[in-house]
Amino acid sequence: MMDFIMLFDAIDQTTKTSGKVNAIVQYLEEATEEDKIFAIAILMGNKPKRPVKTTDLRAWAAEFSSIPLWLLEESYFIVGDLAETLMHVIPKSNQETAFHLVTIFQDIMRLQGADIGEQRSIIIDYWTRLNGTALFVFNKFLTGNFRVGVSRKLVIKAVAKYLNAEEPVIEHQLMGKWNPFEETLQTLFKVQTDKHFLPYPFYLAYPLESEPETLGNISDWIIEPKLDGIRGQLIIRQDELFVWSRGEDLMTDKFVEFNELTAILPNGIVLDGEVIPWKEEHPLDFSVMQTRIGRKNISKKSLQDAPLVMVCYDVLEWEGEDIRSWPLWKRREKLIELLQTYPVDHVLKLSVSKTFESWADAATFRREARHYHAEGLMLKHKDSPYEVGRKRGRWWKWKTDPMTVDGVLIYAQSGHGRRANLFTDYTFAVWDEGQLVPFTKAYSGLTDKELITIDNWIKRNTIEKFGPVRSVQPELVFELAFEGINRSSRHKSGIALRFPRIVRWRKDKPASEANTKEDLLQLISSVHESNS
Amino acid sequence: MKLLSVNDNGLYCNVGDFYIDPWKPVKTALITHGHSDHMRWGMAHYICHHHTVPILKLRLGEENSVQGVEYGEEFEIKGVKISFHPAGHIIGSAQIKLSYQGEVWVFTGDYKLASDGVSQPYEQLRCDHFITESTFGLPVYQFPSAHDIYAAINRWWKKNAEEGYNTVLLGYALGKAQNMLAHADRTIGDIYLHGAVANVNAALNEVGYQFQGERITSDTDRSRIKEALIVAPPSASDTPWLRKLKPYRIGMCSGWMQLRGARRRRGVDMGFPLSDHCDWKQLNQAVLQTGAKKVYVTHGYENVFSRWVAEEYNLQSSIFKTLYNDEEEESA
Ligand SMILES: [Zn+2]
Ligand SMILES: [Zn+2]
Repeated sequence: MMDFIMLFDAIDQTTKTSGKVNAIVQYLEEATEEDKIFAIAILMGNKPKRPVKTTDLRAWAAEFSSIPLWLLEESYFIVGDLAETLMHVIPKSNQETAFHLVTIFQDIMRLQGADIGEQRSIIIDYWTRLNGTALFVFNKFLTGNFRVGVSRKLVIKAVAKYLNAEEPVIEHQLMGKWNPFEETLQTLFKVQTDKHFLPYPFYLAYPLESEPETLGNISDWIIEPKLDGIRGQLIIRQDELFVWSRGEDLMTDKFVEFNELTAILPNGIVLDGEVIPWKEEHPLDFSVMQTRIGRKNISKKSLQDAPLVMVCYDVLEWEGEDIRSWPLWKRREKLIELLQTYPVDHVLKLSVSKTFESWADAATFRREARHYHAEGLMLKHKDSPYEVGRKRGRWWKWKTDPMTVDGVLIYAQSGHGRRANLFTDYTFAVWDEGQLVPFTKAYSGLTDKELITIDNWIKRNTIEKFGPVRSVQPELVFELAFEGINRSSRHKSGIALRFPRIVRWRKDKPASEANTKEDLLQLISSVHESNS
Repeated sequence: MKLLSVNDNGLYCNVGDFYIDPWKPVKTALITHGHSDHMRWGMAHYICHHHTVPILKLRLGEENSVQGVEYGEEFEIKGVKISFHPAGHIIGSAQIKLSYQGEVWVFTGDYKLASDGVSQPYEQLRCDHFITESTFGLPVYQFPSAHDIYAAINRWWKKNAEEGYNTVLLGYALGKAQNMLAHADRTIGDIYLHGAVANVNAALNEVGYQFQGERITSDTDRSRIKEALIVAPPSASDTPWLRKLKPYRIGMCSGWMQLRGARRRRGVDMGFPLSDHCDWKQLNQAVLQTGAKKVYVTHGYENVFSRWVAEEYNLQSSIFKTLYNDEEEESA
């Protein structure tokens, strides 16, 4: 029989998604009925709250392992994960017991109400009985940051495979908060014949790689600014609302602004568009959206700070009829008509269609798209039906090139967690009146080989250590790309970048040739002049 | 006046006017072992264990002036008595013991107490001043026995072979590679070597060691390499050389593989925490059993381990700042 620990190891030890899905299916076939429902809950991220304070946990672990607290803290700092640190320092147990998921889940719930003495004795009892991965997983439950290396999507795929059901149906059934103590596989996954909540498969555009002139006459194309929100389908059927994101996640609970639409719009409507925070006739920065999505509960304040709208660009169903085969120009006419007919303009906006004389004019707009809160253009053939999946030919995205800057590496920090032991978190500086001023951090973008080479270089070229941070000789230059730039009072340099990432190591450039703060300030004013 | 101290060139003995594992060119260098951060080029004269001699000539050139010594053989430089003792790290690795005016100093170089089945086993010395490395000087590093890991490697190789894959094992060409080869179960399949490993094996052969495995050359017929074990240095990962051996599963042997983060970052299918350094328990045991009153901690987690030794055992403990660099995953 496969227990949860074996499942965890199996998922952990493969990077292939097919391997992960197969492991979950195998587990579901072999585990006890009772464990299955808890395993699904945990894999979906539906886990108990952190039951104890981590400061208590650290103190108990240090005591139990006969090491001083400072040594445990130093170890934690290097390992980057408390549960893993505890797994290594806690003395090996020689009376190993089986990992019974339901019992452990129950005990974790019990901890939440217990007094501190009782908490300590329950936990130490487990520490004396668990080893290796089982000990690690138990500790992860305690620290409340248990994550298995699978997305919701993969779990849904596996459950669907195991139950021989359709994935969107399973997704719908697993929606929201459900309690594994109150459910069984039968109650949770009862057979549904009604599928009114299902979205259509999204039609996705390919990036345009050739010159736009190859697309022929510009007047055959509907051209829209590409906004940077969350692509979604909004469904109203049987007096219910569903909003699905492009990842085919059901987001209805997160997008409460649309709830009232069931009372306004008729049944049998499916719209495709971009869900985006919007204020005073402008979309807000994507980071605003991220903050809101990240929250478990939507507060009044976040509703005020980041009110959402859907900028609609397509209608796929009207009066219950699938109209995806209609040409785009006709669907768009229908869309305009329905947005004008119903009083929805505070939450549903029409995606703007731009008219350009020539591809050259369109190219000019694209280059300056950031001035218009867009990240490029969408090119859609006016006769295109709404297809399934990513298709070449009739829909293209034509994104603006990212902005870039050359910065000098001045501080490095070893990665926390995944990247302990290796200096991978870098701070970059630009020149300001002969001084290097830090202006951004950036992580991704280098190969493992480069990371190891740079790590070695950092160790040999450290000037000073400040705790985990090292200042290094200002010699290495990196090209950084980013999607947006703004003034910021929260940053020392007065500049904030959006999505900074390392493009490449400029081995050809000495530090003296890196960019200046003046360059960045000019960039800010050129990007924002049209907004002011 | 301390008998040993660190200056710009390396670990220096003032009385004897010689260095141990120096990082800049000097006149006389005692070398603990053949890893590149401890054995550097440019010394006028090298003294090392005689099993390290062929490694030195392979890596630094035939023309070097090298004197090989036996373990336990005592000699003198300007009144300082010197002897080399097994460090258990790799073949030919030595702790270096210095005695002068009744005071004994020991520098461990890199070392481990646990047996790997290949290196000469560690010898526990007694001394007054103990200079220890601290590569894995944190309580999170407690390694399983090397022999358990060899068994796990063989099981994994067997499974891969049954599923039609080659098995690539990455490990430092001097040390890890020989440990893996000496314990690989030949009944599972054929064994092949990256050139860097084959070169080290050939050098060690001059002093009587024999390791299994066939060197892969440009003439080797790759289609013959099936369900085999291929031993290569970590630098071989992500190279065209490796890609020609597809389909394969790849594993890394290194003490760093103890941590999930390091395993994941390496992007290998398997990480085996096979270390040729002391883990936390072994470091503690070594320090206590030397009977030393003064402990100097070098490369690794020197701040942490030095503080621990001072507080836990009430010993005088300080840090020797050196440029040895086993922090690289390659060499630990
Ligand atoms: Zn070494
Ligand atoms: Zn070393």
